[in-house]
Amino acid sequence: MLELTAVSLLNGVVYGLLLFMLTSGLTLIFSMMGVLNFAHASVFMLGAYFSFQFGRWVGFWPALVLAPLACGLIGAAIERYGLRRVHSKGHVAEILFTFGLAYLIEEVVTMLWGRNAVANAVPEAIDFSLFTLFGTSFPAYKGLMMAISVAMFVGLYLGLKRTRIGLIIQAALTHPQMVGALGHDVPGLFVLVFAVGSALAGLAGVIGGFMWLTQPTLAHFVGPIVFVVVVVGGLGSLAGALIASMFIGILQTFAVAIDSSLLDLFRALGIAVDRASPFYELYSIKVATAAPIVPYLLLVLMLIVRPRGLLGTRDV
Amino acid sequence: MKNGTTLAAPPLAIAGARAKGASSYKAWVATAAILALLPHVPGLHSDFGHSMLSQMGIAAVFALSFNMLLGQTGLLSFGHAVYFGLGGYAAIHLMRAINHGLPIPMPFVPLAGAAAGLLFGILFGSVSTRRSGTIFALISLGVGELVYAATFMLPGLFGGEEGITANRTRAPALFGLSFGSQLQVYYVIAVWALVAALLMRAFMRTPVGRMCNAVRDNPERAEFVGYNTQHVRFFAFAAAGMFAGLAGGLNAINYEIVAADSVSAQRSGAVLLMAYIGGVTHFAGPVVGAIALTWLQISLSAYSAAWQLYLGLFFMAIILFAPSGLAGLIVMHGAILRTRAFGAVLASYVIALVPALVMATGAVLVIEMCYRVSTQAELGTRMRLLGISLDAATPWPWLFAGALLVVGFFAFRATWGRVAAAWSRAGDEAAGERAIAMERGER
Repeated sequence: MLELTAVSLLNGVVYGLLLFMLTSGLTLIFSMMGVLNFAHASVFMLGAYFSFQFGRWVGFWPALVLAPLACGLIGAAIERYGLRRVHSKGHVAEILFTFGLAYLIEEVVTMLWGRNAVANAVPEAIDFSLFTLFGTSFPAYKGLMMAISVAMFVGLYLGLKRTRIGLIIQAALTHPQMVGALGHDVPGLFVLVFAVGSALAGLAGVIGGFMWLTQPTLAHFVGPIVFVVVVVGGLGSLAGALIASMFIGILQTFAVAIDSSLLDLFRALGIAVDRASPFYELYSIKVATAAPIVPYLLLVLMLIVRPRGLLGTRDV
Repeated sequence: MKNGTTLAAPPLAIAGARAKGASSYKAWVATAAILALLPHVPGLHSDFGHSMLSQMGIAAVFALSFNMLLGQTGLLSFGHAVYFGLGGYAAIHLMRAINHGLPIPMPFVPLAGAAAGLLFGILFGSVSTRRSGTIFALISLGVGELVYAATFMLPGLFGGEEGITANRTRAPALFGLSFGSQLQVYYVIAVWALVAALLMRAFMRTPVGRMCNAVRDNPERAEFVGYNTQHVRFFAFAAAGMFAGLAGGLNAINYEIVAADSVSAQRSGAVLLMAYIGGVTHFAGPVVGAIALTWLQISLSAYSAAWQLYLGLFFMAIILFAPSGLAGLIVMHGAILRTRAFGAVLASYVIALVPALVMATGAVLVIEMCYRVSTQAELGTRMRLLGISLDAATPWPWLFAGALLVVGFFAFRATWGRVAAAWSRAGDEAAGERAIAMERGER
């Protein structure tokens, strides 16, 4: 039991920190511009592919820098030449634009790298066992990921709280019009935030590509869960995003590890249920099988009960 | 001045509505006649053609139901396939029961789909329509993922990946219909599609339907008038769910199988693409989109592995340059059809078409070569594209295609000014004529 708890907890923290890397950029973008950026997960996927490609050309460590930079440039271009054009047509047009972009990026990735997963192996430099816990070895790349994620949180937090531009961004998160009225270049700020957010997604993609298969469906695989974290954490709250990521990461890892169902509970309580009784199929669902719906249940409940999320300052 | 026009508007609008009522009656009869004759048109008179028409009919009902939300009520849903798929599951289970002896003729099966769609529309609608805008979009996304994940948890009910199958021919016959041939299936779909379209049109004409438009345009004002916007959204949502369920039921009869992909996010995205490309601001827009995209999917996928990329590019072009969709483009041209400047518009199109084709040729060459190299490597690098034999392993085809793309793009940009100028002249002329016509009408 202790072994299961410890291993699950560790895996949950790893998963949660990766989710945080993925969502920290989106939290800023979403809260500042109110755009449900469907392309964010696609930029994450691009990060994985770029790191694979650059890694082949120049090696892993340069790729770790180059891939996020490329993603940041793409993000800036998306904002400057795409979103800004449709901005005047309202939120629906903006959401549809990013939705179409996500669709397009998936196809472009297929076009350039093929339909099957590319051989994005963990580079030798970080492919060793960091420590062993109950016979399960903990790979170094996961350790690197945790370090980057924590550094990202600290860096973003200090950047937002301690620097001048961070303060302006914070103000623009809640009162974009007022910040514009004070003479700050809000559209330029949007481009900056979009670029930084996309670069962070790209950085998450570099590591995420090792944990999951680098294939064109990767964006679709992580896409919806990103929104769950942003909504549950709350608009404009980095700490909220961190808490929500960890919570969902740990919750899902534990749910996957639990191999029992309502039937076991009934048996323990001495209630007789057999195949003939109504809703037998419903009772026999294992917690592990139900794990995928947990985040979405959380999303829907949160939106209905508390649309501002855990630590949010205003409604979605 | 502004006040005056608002006061003058109602009588004109009512007169317009009456005239529209008569002409729309004729339009419905004409649509029915076309639907009846279509499967006998040469080229469509085959099992392939009938199957394509059936798919178009199903897609049209689904896209119209989606547009009750997006176009009419301003609700962007990312989980509309939930009602399509659950309707399909209800229909396929009814079909299985019929196969086991339940005495219901097959043409009534879609009603089970509609009932399931309505039921789940009420169930999920009661929670998701509390909010509008971005929150609604997010809730619909969450509900969609929830239901998709749930289909894998209950394999007895949903059949998992493999889905649930039934047989449409083992049922009591009605009017001697056995559903052995695709043509009979088509006619059932056509009749239901026409009825559904009529009902949806009628719904939008009821006071509730009009309030949907009001809630879309200005929810605050609608509340001031005394309506509960949440109730209005809920009615629209439940009705849209019902018609999506009907489309799902038709789909179940057509394919005799319903699987988890029918509630998937991909299906929800596909209907969004259809409705938006067709045009959400016109009632018939989604039908145009459904026909165009189904045709693209069937015909283009036979020629190119990259058809989804072309579809994505097309969608982006519509969002950026023609937000009222294909139907909007048609209506736009209808408005200037009688102006003298229309000839100049056509001429500017012909001139702009040349560089546009050059650009498109370059793009198609690049895309097809990329696809061949990365997804179909087993076929080799020698290929025949647009009548040209080339080898993608050599740099020359790439340079040639790149040059076409770049030259075409800049030439197109240069000629586009002419199109814009011709359009502004035609637009001015049309506006002038409208003003004259209105003045005459007032006298």
